[in-house]
Amino acid sequence: MADPLPDPFMLNQWFPISALQDVHDRPRRTTLLGEPLVYFRDGSGCRVTGADGRALPVLEQYACLWTTLGRPEGGLFPIPEYDEPDRRNIAAGSIGVNVSAMRGIENFLDMGHFPYVHTGILGELPHTEVKEYNVELREGGREIVATECLFYQPRASTVSTSGADVEYVYRVPHPTCSVLYKSSPMDTRRLDVIALFGQPTGPESFRGHMVLSILDDVNADDFISYFQLHIFGQDKPILENQMPKRLPLDPRAETPIRADKTSIMYRRWLASNGVTYGVIPAAA
Amino acid sequence: MDSASIAPGWVPVAASEDVIPRHVFQGKLWGQELAIWRADDGYVNVWENRCLHRGVRLSIGVNTGTELVCQYHGWRYANRNAGCTYIPAHPADAPPRTICNRTWPAREAHGLIWTHLGEGEPALPEAAEAPLVLRAVPVRAAPGDVSAALEGFDPGEGLAHRGGLVFGDGASTLRLFVQPMDSGLSAIRGLVSGPLAGEGLALLRRLNTALTAFGRAAEAAARQHPAPAPIPPVYGRVSEELAEMPEMAAGTGKIRVTIAAKTVVAEGIVSLDLRPLRGVLPAFQPGAHIDVALPNGLVRQYSLVNGPGETDRYIIGVKREPQSAGGSLAIHDSLKPGDLLAISEPRNNFTLRRDAEETIFLAGGIGVTPLLAMAAAMAVDDQDFRLHYFAAGQGHLAFPERLAALGERVQPHLGLDPAGTMAALREILSRPGPARQVYVCGPGPMLDAARTIAADQGWPESAVHFEYFRNTHEIDDSSSFDIALARSAVTLRVPAGKSILQVLRENGIAVPSSCGQGACGTCKVKVLEGIPDHQDVYLNNAEKAANDRIMTCVSRAKSDRLILDL
Repeated sequence: MADPLPDPFMLNQWFPISALQDVHDRPRRTTLLGEPLVYFRDGSGCRVTGADGRALPVLEQYACLWTTLGRPEGGLFPIPEYDEPDRRNIAAGSIGVNVSAMRGIENFLDMGHFPYVHTGILGELPHTEVKEYNVELREGGREIVATECLFYQPRASTVSTSGADVEYVYRVPHPTCSVLYKSSPMDTRRLDVIALFGQPTGPESFRGHMVLSILDDVNADDFISYFQLHIFGQDKPILENQMPKRLPLDPRAETPIRADKTSIMYRRWLASNGVTYGVIPAAA
Repeated sequence: MDSASIAPGWVPVAASEDVIPRHVFQGKLWGQELAIWRADDGYVNVWENRCLHRGVRLSIGVNTGTELVCQYHGWRYANRNAGCTYIPAHPADAPPRTICNRTWPAREAHGLIWTHLGEGEPALPEAAEAPLVLRAVPVRAAPGDVSAALEGFDPGEGLAHRGGLVFGDGASTLRLFVQPMDSGLSAIRGLVSGPLAGEGLALLRRLNTALTAFGRAAEAAARQHPAPAPIPPVYGRVSEELAEMPEMAAGTGKIRVTIAAKTVVAEGIVSLDLRPLRGVLPAFQPGAHIDVALPNGLVRQYSLVNGPGETDRYIIGVKREPQSAGGSLAIHDSLKPGDLLAISEPRNNFTLRRDAEETIFLAGGIGVTPLLAMAAAMAVDDQDFRLHYFAAGQGHLAFPERLAALGERVQPHLGLDPAGTMAALREILSRPGPARQVYVCGPGPMLDAARTIAADQGWPESAVHFEYFRNTHEIDDSSSFDIALARSAVTLRVPAGKSILQVLRENGIAVPSSCGQGACGTCKVKVLEGIPDHQDVYLNNAEKAANDRIMTCVSRAKSDRLILDL
């Protein structure tokens, strides 16, 4: 089966293709929406060329190199915290996963799997409840935001000895990118930012680039990166055992529960934007 | 696709020894992935290899011996009926019974596991008892081509082609079967019977070598043509009502069961072992009850005692109550093994949360029945609980074997007077905690006492769960008022002497109900506006004060009008 062409909504997005720290003079290859790309750095900055050798637009933002195969309206979604001077911004790693980027984003938005997939880290049995939370469209329908998401975590912070509910806020400002906010162990009034930027290499595969903007002045970059890779490494085998590999948008394809409110809105939002790439559209 | 060239009917999809205890075997038939697993009671399940929630393969899940647990969110599916029994993200909700995985018929015979994708009940292929089972030989070629080519296969050993895929030498027989895995993928399985089988492993090795060589040749032939496209798997769609947020729905279907056994399990208490006349009994969760239609016309509710995985029967316990209207007497005195009964699907209005760090069960007399099911469910998971069982004496403790299986976690309190019971309850409930939950079932006075003591000692109402046998309050049905049905845009008058439920039914609006006395919670309806006059014993005080739901069988209105979400 020939790879499908991207729909206009997907085509006209900026996508990450590498962490900036992994762009060097020597060209490297990658794939975006089925198209082979080459990227490298020269005296004037990062360059990306498409399959036919044409130069593609470039953004260097949020510790990543971004490009597009279409004509995006404007730049990237804002993450204001990224510019705060006392934060550490870290590209914590990139992992390839053989499943659609949308399946990856849904997993990122999901709290219910914490005690089963990230046992002892992000969750712990028997604390399995996903409490009621809010989800809404903001920015004139361009962004999904879920607030007051509470989940029990065994070690709520590096200083606490007992478990407690931790509050999360999730944003989905892009079809394959999500940003989560979590209270910072260093400063309870501020939030750590953990972003997953999805690079859809094909309709059933993506590379996830993890970028952090945090208030941690204790741990080394390597340790933080190792932690994030460990978490993502636990998700990868689950994601690769999802069938079908593309995200089904038919409401009757899978069984949602109240805990899945964000993913239900995400699926509807993809459908209303006419997304067909990386998903199985509902039959008309 | 050449499925037409393959005879319809049973196909082997695994060897018995692939399906070992506590394991999940991944099989494939006509492009469809299968999760094949054996429960501890020996039953072999052949299911679609996919959790209904987010599509994760169940073959990477956990076989607990009674249930298959999905690796992603811990959804549990029961042995045999494949019904979802628990959704950990919502510990206080009972999953609707309609969440049921797709299953295919399974038979274990001749050392192989068989299934078929067609309709009806075809006959199993014949073979001798206890044959020698060949190792499956995978072949990258179309099943029809492999089948056709096998008719010219020479297995050696003096075995000659006898028609179909049968080879023999007069005394011994080799039967081959082609498992169609996909349009371009087959597995050859086989059985040997007769004197040759006595050679065991040496013979298996020789036949494996011959079949592997045959497979290589068949693959070489297949490479002469373009490979057929794989058959796209058909994923079962979930039912329409599950596409939105699932709500509890009550079953109305009547199930015919036969009484397989009637056993005295304590002084004045018998248990009934109910087996389906045909098919598989629907899924249930711990705490669920069924309606039993008795020969004398009465309908009574009984909790299921079943532990997890006990899915081939329903077990209920019935106490002899001479003062009652005759339900228990009919069971005690006139029912006997072999009799038929009509029962409802199980409903669960007494849901067990499994996210507590510690759980306290308080049973009074026959009220132990739903708590036994709950305790057994927690025991298989090694969760922390204690079952306090109040009874008149040792001889009144029902289901002694089940109690024994729970071991030291059962604490009997025998022969206590009301004051003694109160003192014991105060002691048991002395330590409320954020991750502690209490479940009470027993006679009305004991429930009232337990709820009052729990509230006095600082237990939040949300942590105290209860189920009354019956509503002993006098129902006052003297009021009259209007009900407006928001979804149907209809307003109806409820006169004195009639319940909301009766008026709804007379107007053709079906609301499930069960006990008819405000005890079981089945007829619960959402209230959008107006103030209910709660007369039930199902809702707790906080739920009653919220005025957002009503038991339509007994409760009425304090306001002139109620707007219901119907």
